Amino acid sequence: MDASKVVSMVPRIRIRGLGKIFEGTQQVVALQNVDLDVQENEFVTLVGASGCGKSTLLRIIGGLEYHTSGEIHAGGRPVTAPGADRAMVFQHYSLYPWLNVIDNIRFSRRLRVNREDLTSADVERASGRADALLNLMGLSSMSGAYPNQLSGGMQQRVAIARALMPKPEILLMDEPFGALDAQTREVMHDLILHVFNLEKATIVFVTHDVEEAIYLGQRVVLLAPRPGRIDTIYKVPFGTDRQQDLKHTREFLDMKREILERIRETSGMKTDTHLLDKMSAT
Amino acid sequence: MTTVTARPSLWSIRGPMTQRRYWMFAAVGLLTPILLWWGIANSGWVEKVFMPAPGSVWARTLLWLEEDNLLGDMAISIYRVTAGWGLSAVIAMPIGLLIGTFRPVQALLEPLTDFIRYMPAVAFIPLVMLWVGIDEGSKIAIIFIGTFFQMVLMVAEDVRRVPSAQIEAAQTLGATRSEVIQLVLLPSAKPALLDTMRVTMGWAWTYLVVAELVAANSGLGYAILKAQRFLQTDKIFAGIILIGLIGLVIDQLFRLAHRKAFPWMHLKS
Repeated sequence: MDASKVVSMVPRIRIRGLGKIFEGTQQVVALQNVDLDVQENEFVTLVGASGCGKSTLLRIIGGLEYHTSGEIHAGGRPVTAPGADRAMVFQHYSLYPWLNVIDNIRFSRRLRVNREDLTSADVERASGRADALLNLMGLSSMSGAYPNQLSGGMQQRVAIARALMPKPEILLMDEPFGALDAQTREVMHDLILHVFNLEKATIVFVTHDVEEAIYLGQRVVLLAPRPGRIDTIYKVPFGTDRQQDLKHTREFLDMKREILERIRETSGMKTDTHLLDKMSAT
Repeated sequence: MTTVTARPSLWSIRGPMTQRRYWMFAAVGLLTPILLWWGIANSGWVEKVFMPAPGSVWARTLLWLEEDNLLGDMAISIYRVTAGWGLSAVIAMPIGLLIGTFRPVQALLEPLTDFIRYMPAVAFIPLVMLWVGIDEGSKIAIIFIGTFFQMVLMVAEDVRRVPSAQIEAAQTLGATRSEVIQLVLLPSAKPALLDTMRVTMGWAWTYLVVAELVAANSGLGYAILKAQRFLQTDKIFAGIILIGLIGLVIDQLFRLAHRKAFPWMHLKS
């Protein structure tokens, strides 16, 4: 179809002059003048010191939070509310504990948006997709288990499969591996890269882990706090086929150091070595 | 070489305990008061009128059963409690759900409910008699007043405790407002709601005696009040213990229902 070609020229997510002010006893500028484009089939990671508004930005894209100025479009449509085109994966507590693994993955099938004009072929394809996702996530033996029987890593795999189930145009991930141990996280990294290549997804991924951000992202967007804003956008020079030992290469480590240093600068929290010396001297 | 193994003391904070030990302690906890009661009542220190012996309470219970329609008293009391509590549940559930879901409803109703729940249910008796009359309806109304307002607030809290991530995950999958309520809020809050129903059922029983103050001529609470008039301490004891036992049975039934209805909550990983 020609129309889809035209649409694909437009970035998947287009953010212009976006701002967010939390009104309260005192006004907090969470985000100020944010410009960002995310292309189709791009993997963008957001990092920054705490309070930089990276999660807020993600939630605004997801329609879970409102921006107070500027504009944001996803798939060419202005974002005003959450929608099936932008599925979100959370850090934890998002699975439905009363549903087993396969029913959690299939949850979106129960929603009206996915039940319109259903032919039996559609239903069959969907159940095939649910099984395929189950296998992809290495959960085929866990199909009937309930979330509270799963490890943290397995729970996040179910959450990712559930989000992927309706083939969202954009996958939003809010520190999805933040609560996992280091070994599990590495496994998840390779899994999500595999999913990204396989599903041709567009992913926006928030993390506080710079290594994770570089390993996964094609671009790393560094936000700075007070007020939250985009500081630097780093283009990651590695291809789509990434292996764990990439993390030990010179290029990777240099980039990690550079980004970490910049985060430290923007956070305004410098370690006072002089003070530390004084403390340990006494 | 000797191996040193550390066995946690029975009194370590939140320490482990075997099932057998647990039931041993439970038995001691349950039997001690009965033994104390038996000992004191038979020692002659206290007059029988103030503290009848377990034996005479048992005898009185049998007499009540044979000659005084104990089963009838139990049935009518169970009916009153269940009706008052059930009516309250039927109304409190939707209102609590709305309070816990929509902020305007919360602002509209929660402070009001908070205010009313501090009003003593007993003080409503004259009004209830005036408005509802003195037949069955008034007893049910008292139990309703005693449980309803607490129940609304607890239901609202149960709904509010549903993790935001569960709601937002559904929203980003395209769920509408009514789908979020039906497919996430309700099923997620259900186990907590059943617990709330169990707890409020207990409170409903505590209002029984008060409810049967109102022109009753049957029921366990009424029997206790009547026994007081005739100084039948053993019957007062019997009535109180019976109410306790019925409560215990109902409580266990609720717990059983919880295990049957929400097996996923009781799984061991």
